[in-house]
Amino acid sequence: MWTPPVSVHTADAPAHSAFVRLTHWITTASVAALIISGIAILIAHPRLYWGETGTVGAPSLIDLPLPFVLTGQTGWGRHLHFLAAWMLVVTGAAYLTYGIVVGHFVRDVLPSRADLSRESIASSVSTHTRFEIGRDQNVATYNVVQRLTYCLVIFVLFPLMIWTGLAMAPAVTSVAPIVVTTFGGHQSARTIHFVVAFALVVFIVVHVVMVCVTGFGRRMRAMTVGGRSRSTDI
Amino acid sequence: MSGLLTRRRLIATGITAAVGASGLAAAARIAKRYGLIPPDHSGIYGVGNTLTYASQRILTANHSRAREFSRSEISTIAPVNGGPPESEEYERLGSDTFRDWRLTVDGLVARPTTFSLSELRRFPQRSQITAHACEEGWSFIAQWTGVPLSTVLDYVGIAPAARFVVLVPFDQYWDSIDMADAAHPQTLLAYGMNGTDLPADHGAPLRIRVERQLGYKSIKYLKRLTVVDSLEHVRNGLGSLSPDIGYSWYAGI
Repeated sequence: MWTPPVSVHTADAPAHSAFVRLTHWITTASVAALIISGIAILIAHPRLYWGETGTVGAPSLIDLPLPFVLTGQTGWGRHLHFLAAWMLVVTGAAYLTYGIVVGHFVRDVLPSRADLSRESIASSVSTHTRFEIGRDQNVATYNVVQRLTYCLVIFVLFPLMIWTGLAMAPAVTSVAPIVVTTFGGHQSARTIHFVVAFALVVFIVVHVVMVCVTGFGRRMRAMTVGGRSRSTDI
Repeated sequence: MSGLLTRRRLIATGITAAVGASGLAAAARIAKRYGLIPPDHSGIYGVGNTLTYASQRILTANHSRAREFSRSEISTIAPVNGGPPESEEYERLGSDTFRDWRLTVDGLVARPTTFSLSELRRFPQRSQITAHACEEGWSFIAQWTGVPLSTVLDYVGIAPAARFVVLVPFDQYWDSIDMADAAHPQTLLAYGMNGTDLPADHGAPLRIRVERQLGYKSIKYLKRLTVVDSLEHVRNGLGSLSPDIGYSWYAGI
């Protein structure tokens, strides 16, 4: 069995605050439900279009190599999708408020000016591509690649998912047509919804792989019981 | 120090939870009073249904209008799911260009009335070019022509207690809409599509257009509208066939 190397970090505070740990797992559950139900909805019509309208027989943008599965799939899929979307939106709003008020974003997520230098990014990227991060256990904070990735996920991908989701809601666009016209139409919003969802799935896969590579037990303790990133778990 | 912090945090969490719980209870009372609870509010999925319905009813309270499009945007392909009803009654009426077809409007109204197609055509008509989005994912744009439901409801005189209009078609897909949609200026009893009579596949002789909801809410092949004050005792008590087959009563999504 692979054991994580000795950590020399001696910070007093837990690696993640209770609030971050709680919202992380609610988000995890919501996103899992959204992906499963999203697939159930998608396979009712696994074709993506651009513009306002799209149907079988009309030109499509992407024909996914999936069968059309109709009966009994999208019903529960939609129910679960919208329930999970509410969980995600409420949790996300709480997390954003917390992140701003407590300074979590400034401290833990946003890269510093020094981080954003070409050399700093290049060195961090090369560390990642050589899978050397696992050996670098004595770091209490996120490196620049992590920070940029989390920024992308928190401030771009998730808001885009919610926005394109709302753009497909006829009640919402009746109040604010700009929600959908920005994307060039209902079907464009649906297509972007799928593409961004795919990007999030890629993020999740990489995220989970990195957690495994850099010490699954230690990272899981840090995100669950809130274990400190101290050298107590050699 | 760290123990003290934990206790303080525990107390804060407790207070937040208590405030949250009583806030939820108060919100539920208010929501019920203002008609923000959908008929399919029970069960775990009912939570999502209720949140969506309540928030969108507040958001759309000012009779927000569904987007309308230009003539050039009308789709050349307008798909449907399923064909016309296979009832003997429907086929008999259809074979005679629906001359003997009648729409019955009853329930909580001052003057229960039956309308022939030509009587409905005599009301001031409205045309609108809107998108029909199916919950499966496909969509098309078409022009719909008909009489606003509100015009017909004004004619029969609805009682102050009216809360929903139950839509009864020739097939099994019965449904209902609340007064916010029933009184909405774009909610049409449509007898025309793209400049012709409503085609059989699209709901001849009469369908409803509920433009701020997904396509499945725009019930086809209508024969009766019943105004009610509650959906509790109407058929399954869930306001529609949809919840029986896994879909929400409200489809504003």
